[in-house]
Amino acid sequence: MSIDVAGPLLPLVPLIAGLIGLFLPPGDGDATRRRIAAGLGVAGAAFALLLAFRLVLDPAQPSADPANDPWNGGLTVAIFGDLEIRFSTLVDAAAAYVALAVTVVALCVQIYSITYLHDDKRYAPYAAQVSLFTGAMLLVVSSSDLIFMLIGWEVMGACSYLLIGHDRRLPEAPAAAVKAFLVTRIGDIGFLLGIAVLIADANSTYLGTVLAHDYSAGTLTAALLLILAGVAGKSAQFPLHTWLPDAMAGPTPISALIHAATMVAAGVYVVFRLYGLYDQSPVALAVLAVMASITILIGALSATAQDDLKRVLAWSTVSQIGYMTGALAVGSPAAALFHLLTHAAFKALLFLAAGAVIHAVGTNLLSRMGGLRPHMPVTFWSFAIGLGALAGLPPLSGFWSKENVLTAAAHATEGGETAPVWAGWLVWLAALLSVGITAWYATRLFLRAFFGPSRAHGPHGPAWAVGFDDARYEVPDSPHDPPGPMRWPLLLLAIPAALLGLAAFAPGFRTSLELDDPHLGVAVALPMLLLATGAGTAFWLWWAVPGADPALALGRAGPFLAAGFRLDDVQNRLVVRPAEALARLATAGDTRIVDAAVMGTGTGTSRAGDALKEAHRLPLPAAAVAVCAAALLLGAIAWWGA
Amino acid sequence: MHVVIPYVVGALLFGLGVYGVLRRRNAILVLMAVELMLNAVNLILVTADVSLRSALTGVVVESWARPGAATPGSGGVLALFVIVLAAAEVGVGLAIILQYYRMRKAVVVDEVRLDDDEERVAG
Amino acid sequence: MTVADVLLLALGALAVGSGALVVTSSHLVRSGLYLVVSLGAIAGLYLVLGAELVAWVQILVYVGAVVVLLLFAVMLTRAPIGPSADLDRPALPAALIGGGAGLGLAALFADAFRWVRYAAPEPGTAERVGEQIFGAWVLPFEVISILLLSALVGAIVLSRPDIGARVDTPAGEPEVPA
Repeated sequence: MSIDVAGPLLPLVPLIAGLIGLFLPPGDGDATRRRIAAGLGVAGAAFALLLAFRLVLDPAQPSADPANDPWNGGLTVAIFGDLEIRFSTLVDAAAAYVALAVTVVALCVQIYSITYLHDDKRYAPYAAQVSLFTGAMLLVVSSSDLIFMLIGWEVMGACSYLLIGHDRRLPEAPAAAVKAFLVTRIGDIGFLLGIAVLIADANSTYLGTVLAHDYSAGTLTAALLLILAGVAGKSAQFPLHTWLPDAMAGPTPISALIHAATMVAAGVYVVFRLYGLYDQSPVALAVLAVMASITILIGALSATAQDDLKRVLAWSTVSQIGYMTGALAVGSPAAALFHLLTHAAFKALLFLAAGAVIHAVGTNLLSRMGGLRPHMPVTFWSFAIGLGALAGLPPLSGFWSKENVLTAAAHATEGGETAPVWAGWLVWLAALLSVGITAWYATRLFLRAFFGPSRAHGPHGPAWAVGFDDARYEVPDSPHDPPGPMRWPLLLLAIPAALLGLAAFAPGFRTSLELDDPHLGVAVALPMLLLATGAGTAFWLWWAVPGADPALALGRAGPFLAAGFRLDDVQNRLVVRPAEALARLATAGDTRIVDAAVMGTGTGTSRAGDALKEAHRLPLPAAAVAVCAAALLLGAIAWWGA
Repeated sequence: MHVVIPYVVGALLFGLGVYGVLRRRNAILVLMAVELMLNAVNLILVTADVSLRSALTGVVVESWARPGAATPGSGGVLALFVIVLAAAEVGVGLAIILQYYRMRKAVVVDEVRLDDDEERVAG
Repeated sequence: MTVADVLLLALGALAVGSGALVVTSSHLVRSGLYLVVSLGAIAGLYLVLGAELVAWVQILVYVGAVVVLLLFAVMLTRAPIGPSADLDRPALPAALIGGGAGLGLAALFADAFRWVRYAAPEPGTAERVGEQIFGAWVLPFEVISILLLSALVGAIVLSRPDIGARVDTPAGEPEVPA
């Protein structure tokens, strides 16, 4: 299949599979419908994976020759004056690798979900929405038209909302879904405005034209900053990161797909795509650097004291994406993309393994886990690889990609990059510090979950799970490794989580991503030292007081960190309450003024009628008074008029 | 003569008549006040005869009327008509009052309501 | 100030004064008698103003018939002899409107005529009035005679005893026709 066909098909196949799946009759309960839905989902993802493979092997080249430009072969969807919006794709090497990562994770998630949601009555729409989401993400990745990228962006947000709120029995799921949607929406407004400014100035929606256009400095900075708002929202960066920990109310495979590997990386990918423009604006990069540094530290610190396993991973995601945006800020988009790929692998692995743990133990809470290692070897080793990659333990993939980021940041502190030097220092210090903190919480999680005595039947008896059927109604006698379809994706993802870093040595991969040659110099010693310190401290705390949570060492800062620096409350005060007050004001105005005016004409007329009716029922003397008074008045008026 | 005097007298009598209509409770006293008002009007009509020349424009005087007659004196004629009307009105009014007296054993104006449904219901 | 003026003033004062007593007296019968005085004074005013026929018709019809009729009604409705306390309604609206009407009209006339003198009129003879009535005003004359007829018939019909029997009194017994 030629790449000209593979490119457009890449987003279309999962999108169509998703749409067909949504049109399946609702309310599945029987096995046939589940098989159809599962088949559609897996087939869509598998086909997209094959297409991505094909594109990785032979990526498209953006050609200078307009005749070969794939944009000209695109399908014109709409024309607004001078602007033609065309559906056309340009899957170059970087896009192909990202598409490969997306499709691998999507396929793993689809297979995993078949077993994970085996007793969910609404599995069919779930699978269709996952396909829809995959298609939308691939649209963002492959599209060469900014409007189609925007379409994919928005569809991803909609699917995220639907999928977070999938389990209707959870009381916190609808609120979490709305929060995710609203917070990302705020960012999306900026994103839309930024895209609009870029398109309006370049007078074209084609990415190539936009990248080649010569913008004035002010316009460019404004547009890029607006796009950064969208990036902050979608990729859960400070200050719009508050939705991601709450989004863990969604099913665990969704957390793996959307909130670890793909959607949250979409913001990073868009900046990567537009990097030609970002490189011209020091202001935008400086803002990105500040955002990234704060996010790295907030994410890492908030993960240290969480009791919920998925929340640790969520805050860790926030922090790691901060690494990616930090790499972009200091002038190394290749490092960001490399970290994106490795993060997709190990974070998806971690989430799916977490799903296995939660499925086995019946609760999300670390304080109810423990001693799982003898019972769940596959899950144990998956966690080991995943957490090691997260912490940056050599030779796992996370080590190599983090090294790239740190090197790029250190390089930026010497000057010569577009971003200012202080921005480089900021990112470098934050990233370095966070290496230690990441190691600390990764070790804590590992030890609390898998080692030590089992706390499953705590002082108050067995803990009942949040969120899905089997754990609600039965607690397994002893934890065990998950069944087949949940185990194979773990094994599949463990491979790139472990080995993807070594791909940096492969020349094809390296040049296509434009990575620097990997070298291990003395500069690697400092992060290793911090890693050892962090991991060692966590281990020492765990070992010194058996059964106690190492997070207790944080003292009173613990709950503060666990609440994410209370930024949720700040958000509530600054945004939610004024918005609700404004809404109440609008409602009151509508009811008391507009409605009242309308109803008031009715009641007013009735009352006037009643008054006149009463006037008609006057007794005779009063009527006489009224008539004479009126006559007098008329006479006076007549005399005055004359 | 100063014609303003009977005019003012007529005006004051009219005012007194209105006062009486609105103040008195007994229906017969109300009729008396109405008589005062009518008399005031009569007085003004007669005085107008003196002070104004009434001209009946567009009216063809009867052929057998004496040509070159003196001032027409329409005011006086109308005053006569008003007297006749007042007499008729008092007759009918008193018949009503007496009928009302038969029903209510009193002729107090206060209790007369303009809507008659409650009259019938209340009896 | 001619004799006519003096007469007008005196008779006018008498008419207004007795008229005031008509509407303010607390004796029913005295009101009627004050009305007689007032109507008589007005008849005198007519004489001074030269409308002789009208004056005598006033005495005949108004004083002679109408007031008598009113006094009959006073008798037939068992009006109390002597002062009655509850003869009047609240004074304020009546005073306002009555005072406003009377004083306003007076002001209007005073403003219109000021202190103009007019010649004393010729006495209006019956002959002249007759010429007018049967000349220019013959149609209203005929109509008013029909009106008188209908008033007569109406008064008779209204006085029928069986009209009163249609409605039951609270006591439940039919009224004796007056």
